Amino acid sequence: MSGFEHLTPLILTVITASTPLLFAAAGELVTERSGVLNLGVEGLMVTGALAAFAGTYVSGSAIIGVLCGALAGVLMALVFAALTLSLLANQVATGLALTIFGLGLTSLLGSGFIGVTVENLPKLYIPGLSEIPVLGPIVFGQDAMVYLSFACVGGIGWVLARTRVGLILRAVGASHDSAHALGYPVIRIRYMATMFGGAMGGIAGSYLSLVYTPMWAENLTAGRGWIALALVVFSTWRPGRLVVGAYLFGAITVIQLHAQGLGVAVPSQFLSMTPYLVTIMVLVVISRDRLKIQLNAPACLGRSFHPAQ
Amino acid sequence: MDEHNDKNKPDDGRRAGAPLLEARGLTKAFPGVIANDTVSFIIRPGEVHALLGENGAGKSTLVKMMYGLLRPDEGELFWQGRPVQMDKPSTARALGIGMVFQHLSLFEPLSVLENVALAVPGKWNPKALRKRIIEVSTAYGLPLEPDRIVQSMSVGERQRIEVVRCLLQDPQLLILDEPTSVLTPQEADQLFATLDKLSAEGRSILYISHKLHEVRRLCSGATVLREGRVVAHCDPREETPGSLAELMLGTRIAPPSRASTRRTTPRLRVFNVSATSSRAFGFDLKDISFTLHGGEILGIAGIAGNGQNELMKVLTGETKLDHEADAIRVDGAPVAHFGPIHRRLCGMAFVPEERNDHAAALNLALTDNTFLTGFSKLRLTRGGMIRSRRTLEHTKRVVDTYGVRTAGPRADAGSLSGGNLQKFVVGREIMQAPEVLIVAQPTWGVDAGAALAIRQALIDLAATGSAVLIISQDLDEIFAICDRIAVMSEGRLSPPVPVAQATTEEIGLLMGGVHAPTIPPEPEPEQREAAT
Repeated sequence: MSGFEHLTPLILTVITASTPLLFAAAGELVTERSGVLNLGVEGLMVTGALAAFAGTYVSGSAIIGVLCGALAGVLMALVFAALTLSLLANQVATGLALTIFGLGLTSLLGSGFIGVTVENLPKLYIPGLSEIPVLGPIVFGQDAMVYLSFACVGGIGWVLARTRVGLILRAVGASHDSAHALGYPVIRIRYMATMFGGAMGGIAGSYLSLVYTPMWAENLTAGRGWIALALVVFSTWRPGRLVVGAYLFGAITVIQLHAQGLGVAVPSQFLSMTPYLVTIMVLVVISRDRLKIQLNAPACLGRSFHPAQ
Repeated sequence: MDEHNDKNKPDDGRRAGAPLLEARGLTKAFPGVIANDTVSFIIRPGEVHALLGENGAGKSTLVKMMYGLLRPDEGELFWQGRPVQMDKPSTARALGIGMVFQHLSLFEPLSVLENVALAVPGKWNPKALRKRIIEVSTAYGLPLEPDRIVQSMSVGERQRIEVVRCLLQDPQLLILDEPTSVLTPQEADQLFATLDKLSAEGRSILYISHKLHEVRRLCSGATVLREGRVVAHCDPREETPGSLAELMLGTRIAPPSRASTRRTTPRLRVFNVSATSSRAFGFDLKDISFTLHGGEILGIAGIAGNGQNELMKVLTGETKLDHEADAIRVDGAPVAHFGPIHRRLCGMAFVPEERNDHAAALNLALTDNTFLTGFSKLRLTRGGMIRSRRTLEHTKRVVDTYGVRTAGPRADAGSLSGGNLQKFVVGREIMQAPEVLIVAQPTWGVDAGAALAIRQALIDLAATGSAVLIISQDLDEIFAICDRIAVMSEGRLSPPVPVAQATTEEIGLLMGGVHAPTIPPEPEPEQREAAT
């Protein structure tokens, strides 16, 4: 039994570390499926994190906080969409600028919130079920956001594969010219997808500042937005695989922290690198299979659409 | 059907035989060019009407206005006698207009069913739609499997999807833009049978094509456009291909002429080349061998996507065969391990199929494009510096010799129309006087006049003793200018036969992967048939 006693908190931290990645990556997946490459996920997340923290602090309600976070993400995504979709700015450059802008803006506006604490999100508690050893706290003892993240991924997968809206989204990403020829409003659909990605990025940031840390600090996201971007490629644009990727990355992050705590004879800097190294290696291995990527990748990813002539 | 004299004053919409669609004075201008200038014409119910014209004559613009993709600056459209605003494609579809695009407008990673679903309005019901696809496709002889991914399908099959997609909406008018340019002769015949059936059901068809014999076979009325204006309304059955071409071009054209050539020495030899495809659903090259002689034009026919891209890459050196230098020889020298630049130094020249951003860099000036392929052969550098004047002069020669319509030799390649850019990229290579020229789709999307000029230039190059290889889907072209013909199918190349001994039927069967017994033997026809 003593093994399990260590295992349960470990798994719980893995879930906490993975949930924000899952949210952000699921949002970016939808954005990319419509053909828009938003490299500003990091910026969306960090803005969402601050907005959620401030919202919770002011209102005293974590739910309002999360809504603030989502709204902030949407606004940031709207800026990105206006620049790239309406004004045809380069998506890569604009995405990078969005990240830098988000990090700068939040360190400016967030300086007053450093050292402040807010109340954590409540965990689910079902008498009986949540007390089952090991499984209880893991399956029935999470906060609402964890369940929501799985619901989102499942919902996105279902919408993409089974519904007309999902089909239109994929079609716009596969060939914007053909979609336009059939009369679909390419730009409007991409706006919606980008804003959805923004909302999810904002929610991911909320989870960081309200649950994971829970406090505000500059550069709170610490590169997780980039990992979320990588996870989308890792999953070859399929929602189901996002869960695997996010939890793999979350698990490695937590395990290396524990390894550092246990005093493994490897410099801690190397251990801190492992999640990123593993992500890069997995990406390289997956990218080797070009045919698979060809089949799933949105062909119009990152390409501006001019409905000329 | 025979009322010719009412072409400009269409009659009252209530009469029997009244127009289904009528265009009155359509005008559309783009910056610098009037694409359509007061174009008027009529399509009657059940009529197969041809829209003829060279590339750039304004056919695409006209059709886009009829389908709601563009709005006319002036003029009106009437549908069954009533004025209509075609503001978007769904309006056109709701009226009963269906369109099959020239550049197929399908979504490659999606299935047949999904592609159709995207174009069909109304309730989302995949099950019912699947049933209807099967019903319609069998009823009109256009077999389709709803769950196949488009990317894995041949061009002919893809076109069937587009046609079925239109038919599901029960259109009164079906617009077909260059539908046979991608089909085997047998596939084209199948399409004609479908069109006959549709016309017999009382549906009208607007048929856009360069292929004059098809227009004469199918159509009972024609509108001829030249430089954005209607130059004639006629009954193509009463015209000859020559008279139709004259109407289109405004001048009389002579077919390409060539003196019979003698085969001389082998210049390009390819031995047992195999290569894997880098594309999803692409065909791997299997054991390709052939010999190309000086003074000869060899045509490689085949339906797109049967390994032609892969073969082209192997021949140009984009795919290098590092360990089989001997597999490709130019005048006896092994070149298979060289990349394109090195092969060009050995006397080869290439024109890839895709002129946009493959054969030409669209954002660079024509002079720069000339430099990029010709710098070594034409000695356009000195001490690492570009010799601008020499490059400019050579570019001017290409532009003048091939009649490339451009603002000047320093204009961006992207500013040229498709046909003009094609003339430029083919001319650029021919003017380097290569020993071996390899051209993919030399006249793809090029108007009749330009096509003729390009074909004549290829013939003239061969007459100087160079060897020319043409990879083309256009059988008419191959039969018109090639000495020998071979067919690519599923990554294999049939043995070349003299064009004079080959018939369209045999070649068509080879293109479809069937091996007719009259074609010289290939070792394993039974095996292949058993496998499929």
